[in-house]
Amino acid sequence: MNTFADQLLVLVFLLNFIVLGTSRIGIAIRVVAVQGMALGLIPSIIHDFSLHLLLISAGMIAVKGVLIPWLLTRAVSAVGIKREERPFLGYVPIMLIGAVATALAFIFAEQLPLAPQHKELLFVPAAIATLMTGLLILVSRKKAISQVTGYLILENGIFIFGLLLTEAMPVMVEAGALLDLLVGIFVMGIIINQISQEFSSIDTSRLSSLKE
Amino acid sequence: MPVFVNTLVHLLLTLLFPPLLIGVINRTKAFFAGRTGAPLLQPYYDMIRLWRKGSVFSRTTTWVFQAGPLVTLAATLAAALLMPLGNHPSPLAFNGDMILFAYLFGLGRFFTVAAALDTGSSFEGMGGAREATFSCLAEPALFFALVVLARISSSLSLSGMLNNFPLTVWFGFGAALLLMVGALFIILLAENCRIPFDDPNTHLELTMIHEVMVLDHSGPGLAAVLYGASLKLFLLGALFVHITVPFRSGNVILDWLAFAGSMVLLAVVIGTVESTMARLKLTRVPQLLISASILSAFAMLLVLRQTP
Repeated sequence: MNTFADQLLVLVFLLNFIVLGTSRIGIAIRVVAVQGMALGLIPSIIHDFSLHLLLISAGMIAVKGVLIPWLLTRAVSAVGIKREERPFLGYVPIMLIGAVATALAFIFAEQLPLAPQHKELLFVPAAIATLMTGLLILVSRKKAISQVTGYLILENGIFIFGLLLTEAMPVMVEAGALLDLLVGIFVMGIIINQISQEFSSIDTSRLSSLKE
Repeated sequence: MPVFVNTLVHLLLTLLFPPLLIGVINRTKAFFAGRTGAPLLQPYYDMIRLWRKGSVFSRTTTWVFQAGPLVTLAATLAAALLMPLGNHPSPLAFNGDMILFAYLFGLGRFFTVAAALDTGSSFEGMGGAREATFSCLAEPALFFALVVLARISSSLSLSGMLNNFPLTVWFGFGAALLLMVGALFIILLAENCRIPFDDPNTHLELTMIHEVMVLDHSGPGLAAVLYGASLKLFLLGALFVHITVPFRSGNVILDWLAFAGSMVLLAVVIGTVESTMARLKLTRVPQLLISASILSAFAMLLVLRQTP
């Protein structure tokens, strides 16, 4: 079933590029949700069936595919913005940087001393490329809500790395990570609302200007 | 069937089939708009009518303007000899002909742009600048796609790449091929100036690309431009169809029919895309073209990792 997991990872790569290239925040949130669901499917595909893996998959899909997108969509509609108007770096340059980062991820993954059964798979390059995508979005976008999507993608990248170890990873660790993430997003949603009330904008580059 | 019969069919298809594609696209668009639409053969009538007319040349133009449509058409016809149609090798096939294929289009484009600049009209110069910019963004996507095909088939000629394209390739390289097909479709629409890149129907708008460059041509020159454009659509469409419809029965007649049928189907798909999408804002066009390049570059990365 590893080839099917590889196809899902290709989908993850593609979704990275869509988030990098889109200016609509609603689309970015939905894409991250689809990415989370695709990743949630992978653990039950690559390993033999077990209750522990089923729990991880179900938890991933419920939290990343449904709960977090719902929270974020609510935050977006409360703030009333639809687009990231002027990011620090334009959409075309950021996509090109993303493409270069993806290519470098493949090269870097070749150099790593991996276990032989992981050598041929896309997991490591996908993890590095997704991490880089999350990082790029975090540093290039101005709106707090876009930065949250970047953070989610970053977390997805870490999860892909963890997939190689799912057999060894206890369910408590996984559940803890998901809970952390959920609480993080929850807090961010509240903060975004606060920022928009205080500053009448959620543009983080304006947070440095003084106010009485 | 002997080779010369296939070559004859190839040449006849190349010469006679392309305007029909335009007719099918227009008919599909008419269907979506709820109109009856022009007859399917209307593009042929238009070209014959234009061919009978005389030409008007502005006094500011030189021989470059008159050579433009002819060189473009000649280059496209030469490219037609390199592209395999149906399940048969092209009349001309040698190692590396894919690069000649891509750059024959480049030559044609150069002369179209040069002819547009030759008129001295700022309007046409603007169109020429856009055409040059967008085509140089589309070129990497096409070449990455060709590298993917070369790697999969371990052949350096278009006939070798596209004729032995069994369904099993799709099982082995599904994801990579899917990305590449997406990129190729974007190139197909961009290179032929279809919606969402350019609207072939508008003639009085500041955002058009290809149509603005050929405004000053008339009579047989315009007929050559129109025919060349439909031929280009036919050739790039053939490249696309070879990959998306991996149907090779071995029966000669059936293969030709399948090819012609899938070309008509492609025209219907293009017509559907044109009826359901709006044209992109001009500033978004480079972004889409760069995404196409990234898609096919990524397909190449995937294929290079896998051993064929």
